[in-house]
Amino acid sequence: MSKNNRVYVYKGFERFWHWNQALLIFVLAFTGFEIHSSYDFFGFETAVKIHNYAAWGFIILIVFAIFWHVTTGEWKQYIPTTKNLKAQAEFYLFGIFRNAPHPTKKTLISKLNPLQRLVYLGLKVLFIPIMVVSGLLFMFYRYPQGDSIAIINIDNLEIIALVHTAGAFVLLAFVLVHLYLITTGHTITSNLKAMITGWEDLEEEDQKDQDQPIGKPENEHDENPKI
Amino acid sequence: MKSYTKPITFFLAIVAPLLIVTLVLREPEPDHELLNALRAKYAVKRKPGVDHSKFEILQKNFTNPHEITAACLSCHTERGEELMNSAHFTWEREAFIPGRGVTYLGKKNLVNNFCTGVQSNEGSCMKCHAGYGWNDKSFDFSNPYNIDCVVCHDNTGTYEKASGAAGYPKMGPEGPDFKAIVASVGQPKSAGCGTCHFGGGGGNNVKHGDLELGLLTGGRDVDVHMAVDGLNMNCVDCHTAENHKMKGRYYAVSSSNTQRLNCEDCHTETPHQQNILNEHSIKVACQTCHIPVYAKVNATKMYWDWATATRKKDGKEFEVLDEDGNIVYTSIKGDFVWDKMVKPEYLWFNGTADHHLLTDKVDTSQNILKINTLFGEYRDRDSKIIPVKVHRGRQPYDAENLTIIQAKLWDKDKGKGALWLDLDWERSIEEGMAYIPLPYSGKHSFIKTEMFMPVNHMVSPAAEAVTCKECHTRDNGRLAGLTDFYMPGRDRNRTLDLAGQLLLILSFLGIVVHSAIRALSSRKHNTIQSH
Repeated sequence: MSKNNRVYVYKGFERFWHWNQALLIFVLAFTGFEIHSSYDFFGFETAVKIHNYAAWGFIILIVFAIFWHVTTGEWKQYIPTTKNLKAQAEFYLFGIFRNAPHPTKKTLISKLNPLQRLVYLGLKVLFIPIMVVSGLLFMFYRYPQGDSIAIINIDNLEIIALVHTAGAFVLLAFVLVHLYLITTGHTITSNLKAMITGWEDLEEEDQKDQDQPIGKPENEHDENPKI
Repeated sequence: MKSYTKPITFFLAIVAPLLIVTLVLREPEPDHELLNALRAKYAVKRKPGVDHSKFEILQKNFTNPHEITAACLSCHTERGEELMNSAHFTWEREAFIPGRGVTYLGKKNLVNNFCTGVQSNEGSCMKCHAGYGWNDKSFDFSNPYNIDCVVCHDNTGTYEKASGAAGYPKMGPEGPDFKAIVASVGQPKSAGCGTCHFGGGGGNNVKHGDLELGLLTGGRDVDVHMAVDGLNMNCVDCHTAENHKMKGRYYAVSSSNTQRLNCEDCHTETPHQQNILNEHSIKVACQTCHIPVYAKVNATKMYWDWATATRKKDGKEFEVLDEDGNIVYTSIKGDFVWDKMVKPEYLWFNGTADHHLLTDKVDTSQNILKINTLFGEYRDRDSKIIPVKVHRGRQPYDAENLTIIQAKLWDKDKGKGALWLDLDWERSIEEGMAYIPLPYSGKHSFIKTEMFMPVNHMVSPAAEAVTCKECHTRDNGRLAGLTDFYMPGRDRNRTLDLAGQLLLILSFLGIVVHSAIRALSSRKHNTIQSH
């Protein structure tokens, strides 16, 4: 039996970054799909304005977040691992229904489970950069086409637009699933509380290797509060 | 108390950065430095450095307009040569047209969609020629005394060419006061330009739709440049001339991308405060947004059906007027459709055009014959979207030779085959085609025609410019007809959208199913535990 320990998991900046990113992604998606003529809310012109402001806000936030990740070494949280990847997937598919314990321990040094590592890394190095780059090309497509450097002229906005749209759908799907997976912590609200307050009850770090699976039967019905 | 501090901090952490971002990136105050500089420049009206009334040579009583020209050229010795090389006199321009080579086309020999063309009708049409006596093919284009200087340079507003006089004014006591006119000459006035450029095609605003008498008296709502309550600019303030070659092109008769007059010449390519609007100017002409409607004051002719001409009522020709007094049918010309406050149609245009010549074959597999073709497409870097008036109609063509027909419409006297006097199609076609001369099989029919006329005037105040949503909308936007490019808000890839929606639906379903199983299994666990 492991004991619970109140730990300050998410630092101030981390939470600031996370919630602003959440807000910005929401605003960007909402106005973005209005620009896509999926519905009418602000009106096209206002939607574009808000979308562009939010985009700049997002870019500034990303710059700060990169700085933070590099200087604090937190970027290491996203180093992908195949260890326990299958176990984690099996947990979401089966274990969770049997009230099985999480196969990986959440610790300060390893806040993310293997699936999270992979998904968040994908977001950071693939989807968000795609959105930022295609978004900037959208905003500034005239300048590459200033004709001074013919090779970087953009002849067709369509590809940029389609990439941006596809990215938006993927991000939106991520947000949906992410919102749901918040509820899969020790309690329904423990993950949410942690991201708001920074504090979370973590199992005591009684071993150095953080990635050891904890599949022992005695953990099956431990003190985890029931869902 | 302490439990509230964290939510408050958090609220601030989210709101504060947004506030900062909004403040930093807020729209800049309107800065119209350039506009104000232009206003200052054009507010100063030009004062002539010469008072022509003081010249001795202009003191005589002119009886013949050629004498006026001779007097002008005795001082302005080289201007005659200049004018004889300008389109106002030659009615043609040298231009390279892909597929045709170097061409000499213009009002002189082109077909239009109104009175169809000048050939065989010179006596009447040349009322708008800057010359005297172009009655037929024998007109001498190399005689400088055939130039009409005062038709443009009259500043009294009293000079007028006579109808059906091949460019001559009335002479004698009924004619204009030549002495007063030559004493006043100066830069052309808008009203003078308008005599032909507003009244072409047989009446005010018949042809262009954006050029009409309303410009002379209208306010900023009609045209921001010529507004009487604004800068009250003249035509020649923008249409400047060098050696009598005016800036500005009209592509119903022009073909090449030279000598054009562009808004950007004064306003620059990036005149907006908002960057996003400046981005548009690479593909969208200023006129597209800033001329939301044309024919703002008086109606313009949108349709001219020659096929219904020559009908008679009780054996006589007749006219039908609409409630606004516009002629909607006349036996000599056929049916008309007029319209006011017209939304333009839109085309890609790169400054070059082609024209359907009298010698070209009519492609009867096409439903509609394009009298002129404006070149341009999205992928062409020189192309921009421009507003056009599309004038539609039906014109006679040779059903066997498959060529468009130039009929003889006008003559001084009845019985010489002029359609407008004799109301006989066959005869007028024979006369017209024989004059050019071109063969006519003896069988004519009518074909639908379209002429594309760029709209450049009647610029509205900025507040009335076309709004984003009028184009960036899924259906029936202003640019719905231009389908060769992707426009945000209008276009989408259906497959991508479907796949995206499917992804979202599946994600949502996954969540529902997963949470349902969790809820069920946890109840089971609770039951087990309670035992």
